[in-house]
Amino acid sequence: MQVKIVSQNFDIPNAHTLKVAQENGRYSTIEKLFTMNPDDVTEEVVKSGLRGKGGGGAPCGPKWKYMPKNDPRPSYLIVNGDESEPGTFKDRQIFEYDPHLLIEGIICSSYAMDIHDAYIYIRGEYKFWSDRVDAAIEEAYAAGIIGEKVMGHDFALNITVHRGGGAYICGEKSALIESLEGKRGHPRLKPHQKECEWFFGNPATVNNVETIASVPYIVENGSDAYREFGTKSSPGTMLFAMSGAVKNPGVYELPFGVKMIDFINTLGGGMQDGKKLKALIPGGSSCPILTAEEVENAVLDYESMWDIGSTLGTGGMIVIDDSANMVEVAKNLIEFYHHESCGQCTPCREGTGWIDKILKNVLEGSGSEEDLNTILDVCGTMNGKTICVFAPAVSDIITSIVKKFRSEFILEFNKN
Amino acid sequence: MNTFVYTEEKEKEFQRLIVKYPNSDSMMLPALWLVQEQIGWISPESMIYIANKLKKQPIEVHSFASFYTMFNLKPIGTHHIEVCKTLSCMMMGAPDLKKHIKDTLGIEPGQTSEDGLFHFTQVECMGACGGAPSIAINGEYHENMSPSKLDSLVRECKSCK
Repeated sequence: MQVKIVSQNFDIPNAHTLKVAQENGRYSTIEKLFTMNPDDVTEEVVKSGLRGKGGGGAPCGPKWKYMPKNDPRPSYLIVNGDESEPGTFKDRQIFEYDPHLLIEGIICSSYAMDIHDAYIYIRGEYKFWSDRVDAAIEEAYAAGIIGEKVMGHDFALNITVHRGGGAYICGEKSALIESLEGKRGHPRLKPHQKECEWFFGNPATVNNVETIASVPYIVENGSDAYREFGTKSSPGTMLFAMSGAVKNPGVYELPFGVKMIDFINTLGGGMQDGKKLKALIPGGSSCPILTAEEVENAVLDYESMWDIGSTLGTGGMIVIDDSANMVEVAKNLIEFYHHESCGQCTPCREGTGWIDKILKNVLEGSGSEEDLNTILDVCGTMNGKTICVFAPAVSDIITSIVKKFRSEFILEFNKN
Repeated sequence: MNTFVYTEEKEKEFQRLIVKYPNSDSMMLPALWLVQEQIGWISPESMIYIANKLKKQPIEVHSFASFYTMFNLKPIGTHHIEVCKTLSCMMMGAPDLKKHIKDTLGIEPGQTSEDGLFHFTQVECMGACGGAPSIAINGEYHENMSPSKLDSLVRECKSCK
């Protein structure tokens, strides 16, 4: 079931050190890379159908094409390793076990877009992992792999690790850039037409860690080789994280198109003893929840997940068993969102707090059915009326829990 | 009022980093991390110091620092215990850990123990859901926790002070 493209070296001891990494194929792509035209590299990534692994699933290659050509300003690659979506812990594996794959991916991507400065924004809590990436970068500088001349070629590249400060919203690409510019992580308004991002007024591209780590394989083996895995519209593989009430939680690389229930029962080892599957949040907590029946038929690719009214997100699955009280689940998640709302837009700042208060009352025994209408009403006010997609995501997850597990809320009211 | 200055080592690190950005504004996060590594929190004096260094107003530094939850705007205990409280950890036993800390160290979230040795925070998702319930002590992750494992970590902290 597993296909190891990004996770190929995860099981090799000390693959985070340059020596072992090189013995296991790291930086072997670079020679081929420099025989290619930068535009051809981008074209290959477009053809591969590589999609962003940070949650949105937008195609990576076309995004690179938004970078202006022959622009006098310097341009930047910003790698998003803020990974804060509950249930998601996949980029961490790349930082820990194969940071040189990420560096190799940054070299390939920077060459394609004619970028000479890259930043890796790593969430603040990941101190151990940002130190590890830092150490790998130092090794790469010392060996002449990056720096003035990338492996002896006439191409300069600097890579810097930037450690975050514990704000979930900085995983949103424009908030991340604001943070990198030394400001509060407030998402920016999006332009009407598709364009690149802007870092201090200079063109920039923001890509997820796993996306960048997938690039070397495509450069080395070509887009057709990448397309051999996955489905037609969701080609390739993804690192799926599994947590909650399963026997073997962890991160597994799978081609798109695998049946969710098979994944849970084989690699996940099935449910923990004596527990029964009740619900599952498929791709980080911002994706609409699935009931046990929906899980039976769910398939792990973007389109299939959309078809059943949810999304694949970051692929971080949270498995919920029958001992969980869904009102508590909703309360737990809304506490998270209330804490993490950046406070910029009123519907989100007030809405998350409002629902948090209502659910607190419900759990304390003073709820009524009228509360459910208020929750859905507040969700409606949050959805689509804010600068970023934080509020719509809150609306999606909370609405889905209320609608699919309404009876549990009623049960809670009847306890009074 | 006490003044704050970087140690020689931190100053060196500051100078190493500042050349890596097109604009010194980007140094806000790294500069505050260096402060917190040095004194354990972001004191008002250190905010003035960073403001001068980055050509900002002290209030801008405060506004920035108060947005990012990992910066301590007050001094905290020697050993910082952070317990993840988000969904996977909640389902796998985080509430038991919270209760255990209350029972053994006598502190609630946000409090420091009387001897000043321990500070307890409940944090949102740490990205360690596969090893739920997860905690961090002084930033170092410990996964698949249980009250008894927590006890032995607390003992270790006490012995190293």
